[in-house]
Amino acid sequence: MTELPQAMIETVTLAADWVLVLPIVLALLGAAALLVVRRSNNLPVLGAVLVIVAIIACEISLLLRVVSEGPLSMTMGKWLPPFGISLTADLFGAAFALAASVVTLVVVLYAEIDREGNDGRDGFHSMVLLLLAGVTGSFLTGDLFNLYVWFEVMLIASFGLIVSGGSPLQLDGAVKYGFLNFLATTLFLLALGLTYGLLGTLNMADIMRVAPEANRAAMTGIAALLLLAFGMKAAAFPVNAWLPASYHTPTPAVSALFAGLLTKVGAYALLRSLVAILPDSRDVLEPVLAVLAIATLVIAPLGAIAETHLRRAVGFFVIGGIGAILAGLSLPNVIGIAGAGIYIFHAILAMTALYMVVGLVEARTGASDTRQMGGLYAASAPLSILFFVLILAVAGVPPFLGFWPKLLLLEAGVVDAELGWVGSAMVVALVINAVLTLIAGTRLWSHIFWRNGPEGLPASGEPMALVAPTPRVRLAFGAVSVLVLGVVLIGLWPNPLIEVGQRAAADIVDPSRYVEAVGLAGVEP
Amino acid sequence: MDYVLAALVGVFVSLGIYLLLSRSVIRMLIGMTVLGNGVNLLIFTAGRVTREVAPIVPAGLDAPAGPIANPLPQALILTAIVIGFSMFSFLLVLAFRAYKSLDADNTDTMRLAEPENAPQPPLSY
Repeated sequence: MTELPQAMIETVTLAADWVLVLPIVLALLGAAALLVVRRSNNLPVLGAVLVIVAIIACEISLLLRVVSEGPLSMTMGKWLPPFGISLTADLFGAAFALAASVVTLVVVLYAEIDREGNDGRDGFHSMVLLLLAGVTGSFLTGDLFNLYVWFEVMLIASFGLIVSGGSPLQLDGAVKYGFLNFLATTLFLLALGLTYGLLGTLNMADIMRVAPEANRAAMTGIAALLLLAFGMKAAAFPVNAWLPASYHTPTPAVSALFAGLLTKVGAYALLRSLVAILPDSRDVLEPVLAVLAIATLVIAPLGAIAETHLRRAVGFFVIGGIGAILAGLSLPNVIGIAGAGIYIFHAILAMTALYMVVGLVEARTGASDTRQMGGLYAASAPLSILFFVLILAVAGVPPFLGFWPKLLLLEAGVVDAELGWVGSAMVVALVINAVLTLIAGTRLWSHIFWRNGPEGLPASGEPMALVAPTPRVRLAFGAVSVLVLGVVLIGLWPNPLIEVGQRAAADIVDPSRYVEAVGLAGVEP
Repeated sequence: MDYVLAALVGVFVSLGIYLLLSRSVIRMLIGMTVLGNGVNLLIFTAGRVTREVAPIVPAGLDAPAGPIANPLPQALILTAIVIGFSMFSFLLVLAFRAYKSLDADNTDTMRLAEPENAPQPPLSY
């Protein structure tokens, strides 16, 4: 009998490598612990803040390590990859995980607005941590089936958050959100089953090695299924209808968390699966991707212009951002991928902040429809400044954060002559998207803040009567201001971010360092 | 055997999608279940069906003597079944609550979040 190749890891994992798995473990354990103490007064929010700060600390050290040493991988259960389940962090994964925990921290503080007199039976903080565990797991995993499991963790936590409160409006939104997202993950599972049948492996690095030898037509079919499944999760046109139908139904804090995290995970999964894992199939699907990107870019802001419900209008901005990410995926050079990645980073921060500011507007005016708002500028100038800054950031006006990824995307569309019509069409679509988003956003701003009073009422010259801010509203305002300040500061000094983004994109386009980190480089398939 | 199972997967998936196209929430729910079971069967078939050889390594050996059944698809399906069942239970309760408080089990009449006859956007600015 021949000597068997080694299948087990005999050495003990280095303590320093644990930063890769600690964010997920902390979030899961924290969720369980907070469930135990959910009825006590201030313990849940304090516990949630402490856990998230610890997660952020781990993720900062993980990011620093990935920046200096390249992708980091850890395989569970002593089995060598591809048999064990690998967690693998590259620059994009680590950076997005960090951004996700930062916005979750802000949202937990912000959510105190709605928690006056809440006895904690709803387990809000547990579910937020569970959602964070799902999102972090999706960003850090190196195994497709594991990605499916994290999607479901995220999904069940988001189900809990969207219905918590149980008003008829929320139930209505949850039915649409629930069915379409569950369908999307089922389609993802379908694609997984076909991948396993064809390649015999689900480890991402292993698929990168064996996919080029597989049947091209079958792999393209799988990639198309993945595009449909992740496109539904990301709310790309034409499977975006669930987002404006559901994101405005829960409390603003939950809306903000969803807008910042959930669709971005779908977009990240598209980036990872189509560009990094199955680049050959992506090339075949490029015209489809380009058409989807252009349609999403153009149609989403039109929806925002036509909408009077404030949070539904902002939902269309979220969809428009997905269009920009898809544009990066259809421009597969390093600059385009860097643009898409930095846009995801920007969208995690800016979309969450925008929803939170909108929530503050709703809390102060007591209305949710822009027709019942007006003249807020005289009553609360700081709020109007936050809203305006975020609108500019989302539309991509310099010098805010949203400008730089869009600039990279435009550059990617121009520099590569091989792209043909895709490049030039994408440049046009991106510019149209920026202009339409700016129109929609400034219209919202003028209706809420600038005009004299609500629609249909004679202008009295008096500022609109507002609900007086409680201490909790002040806390929420402070938390959002810090986040917006972060968006502004990163926008003013974007060089480190752009450099990291381009290095991350180089690793996506040429995944040899990723495969090497998992430990599969040079192994015969 | 594989061909029969593959055809069955096709039947399950098409039946599931057909039911999902319905407007009735309960039919959609049954469609989701049928689709999910079709997908589980697909993973099972994709792992290559082998009869009557349990994946157990005999004592004293490092590797099984001959070809064995593939244990991995069963682990994958088990995970997927548990997840699918929990999602199904949640959606079932959600559908029931939605039926009670919205008095609607038809997605066309469920228009609270997206009202019909929505007002025109303001023409100012």
